[in-house]
Amino acid sequence: MPAEVIAQYAMNGAMLGMMYALVAVGFTLFFGVLDVIQFSHGDVVAAGAFAGLAAWTLLTSAGVTSPGLLLLAVIGSAALVTAALGALVARFIVLPVKSAPQLNVLLVTLMGGTVLRECIRLFYPGGSQPKLFPALLPATGWSFGTFLLRFDNVILLVSGALLIAATHLLITRTRLGLAIRAVAQDEETARTMGIDFRKVVLVTFALGSVLAAFAGVMDGLYYNEVFFGMGLLLGVIGFAAAVLGGLGNLYGAIVGGFLFAALQTIGAVALPFASAYKDVFAFGVVIILMAIRPTGLIGERASERV
Amino acid sequence: MRRAAAALIATLSFSAAAKDTVRIAFVGPLTGGNSAIGLGGRNSSDLAVRLRNADAKAKYQYELVVLDDECKPDAGVQMATKAGSDRGIVGGVTHYCSVVAMATVDTYHRFGLPAIVWGAVLPDITYAHDFKEIHRVNGTMINQNETNAVFINQHGFTKVAVIHDTTDYGKGHNKYFTRFFQQGGGQIVATFGVTADQQDFTAELTQIKAQNPQAIYFGGLTPIGVRIRAQMDKLGFKAQFDGTSGIVNDDFIKALGPLAEGTLAFREGAPAEKLPGGKQFLADYDKQGYSNPPEAYGPFAYAAAVLLMDAIEKVGPDRKKIIAELANVKDRDSIVGKITFDDHGQNTVPAITKYVVQDGKWLTWEESEYASGKRKLTNVR
Repeated sequence: MPAEVIAQYAMNGAMLGMMYALVAVGFTLFFGVLDVIQFSHGDVVAAGAFAGLAAWTLLTSAGVTSPGLLLLAVIGSAALVTAALGALVARFIVLPVKSAPQLNVLLVTLMGGTVLRECIRLFYPGGSQPKLFPALLPATGWSFGTFLLRFDNVILLVSGALLIAATHLLITRTRLGLAIRAVAQDEETARTMGIDFRKVVLVTFALGSVLAAFAGVMDGLYYNEVFFGMGLLLGVIGFAAAVLGGLGNLYGAIVGGFLFAALQTIGAVALPFASAYKDVFAFGVVIILMAIRPTGLIGERASERV
Repeated sequence: MRRAAAALIATLSFSAAAKDTVRIAFVGPLTGGNSAIGLGGRNSSDLAVRLRNADAKAKYQYELVVLDDECKPDAGVQMATKAGSDRGIVGGVTHYCSVVAMATVDTYHRFGLPAIVWGAVLPDITYAHDFKEIHRVNGTMINQNETNAVFINQHGFTKVAVIHDTTDYGKGHNKYFTRFFQQGGGQIVATFGVTADQQDFTAELTQIKAQNPQAIYFGGLTPIGVRIRAQMDKLGFKAQFDGTSGIVNDDFIKALGPLAEGTLAFREGAPAEKLPGGKQFLADYDKQGYSNPPEAYGPFAYAAAVLLMDAIEKVGPDRKKIIAELANVKDRDSIVGKITFDDHGQNTVPAITKYVVQDGKWLTWEESEYASGKRKLTNVR
């Protein structure tokens, strides 16, 4: 296989991996701080993409043409809407059932996700069909033989990495991060130390959801197409990636995301059977890895949670 | 005696009420998600019956018995049984949905009821058996893919990669396109079966790009068709995009924007106004004041009803004789073009329309600037 083809595969895989990692980091944040699995997270991704698309539609119909301005508006609107959604999910769906069995949280968030998904389908104009997402980044790139290294892909990858790094810094270097880590370690003690538990939870959910918004916008910019059900598989894969890496561990989520993308790419190109089986292959390998390392590749003990 | 006969003939020809009434069935989806097409088909068959009844030369008075198959196999079999067991019904214009048409084939055979399918496209409906009762006026996905493969070959595309979804629909498209394309001397460089809800195709497309085909044939429906076309662009992969009837709709163009330009697709049937008798059909249809349009397959339902009534006029209201008569249909003029049934009752000269996207619209190939040479398809040599 020529080098440029391998480079193209690596780039495709990296783009997928970054999207998965962004979603997985959200799952891991929620689990870290509250020990819950927020299964509507995938649909928050879709909501983010559609919020961005709505901002673009409104501004272009108002006559705005500058791609930079439009991009800012798309990201801003996606981030705002998902931050609000994340906080709302935490406040009205997760917190009320927090002391109930884990299964209940899983169920209510799963159902909340379905409601969100159906709302997009029913209430977004033409929401049941795939929608065109605008290309707001430069479409040119460097050509190396058959390998096309596109500027927009590079920009998306770099900004995704920066966003995850910023999240990491926020959690390890700021007072807010300290509060999040305190709540994650011991809720009761954190409360007695004067930390506003509810506020920390809401902020964490908003934060994780903003990462999801970026994944959604990235998905839209990368594929130039969004549709109401896009979050379904992204959510499952993001969750699998988070568990694979070690739920509650930021690095684990990143490793899991990229590993899953690599598995999918291998499943599609390197295996003798039809590429329709690539998800079967990827999830199959995840099952085997989970059997070998039940606590994830980077286990909880190896590093501090969140 | 002769005078009596003359009197009888005179009475018959002057009084329509004296004609015998013959009943024929229409079966299609009148409720549910496909009801728009079903109602269009019913109205079109009804139009054929009304026009025939208004014709003084017709030997019989016709009555259309309308039955709803709901696009569900079980409901379809019930309706087929109802029509088949009613000896007063001598023939049927039957089914739009392939699954229903497939499920009812045995029923029509058992009751010996001549049936003319007006919309379903699965090849097996006519080809999986030797039942003389079953006919079809519209084309199958075989015809569509033959036209497609011949077209692609003729335009100098010799190396083509195939992506199809792994449902029976997508697999069928792949099977027939590949067969006809290879018969024409073309080379399939890669074939990928993908799931119908897949999001990312960059891995498949990268592999295909390395093979450097001139065109990609896509057998599937709009959502993944849109993704594949968009992601080809992302990889800087320039190849002609060649689709099937599954992508001929406005949503495909809306979701792709300018990228849809130059996309090819092929579909059974033609827009009604472009059919041989289409203008007259639409004018007659309008006069009746139906509340729904005829839709894409209305003209076929009309043609099927006309064909059935022609046979009855010739041999009388007898199921066996009608079946024998329908076997003779050859080069028969109809509003959907000439109709010839092969030994499986399949119309072998169905109208397949070639479509190409030009400036955000699906145009027939013949009226496009691509045909006139003003614009060029991708990779045409």
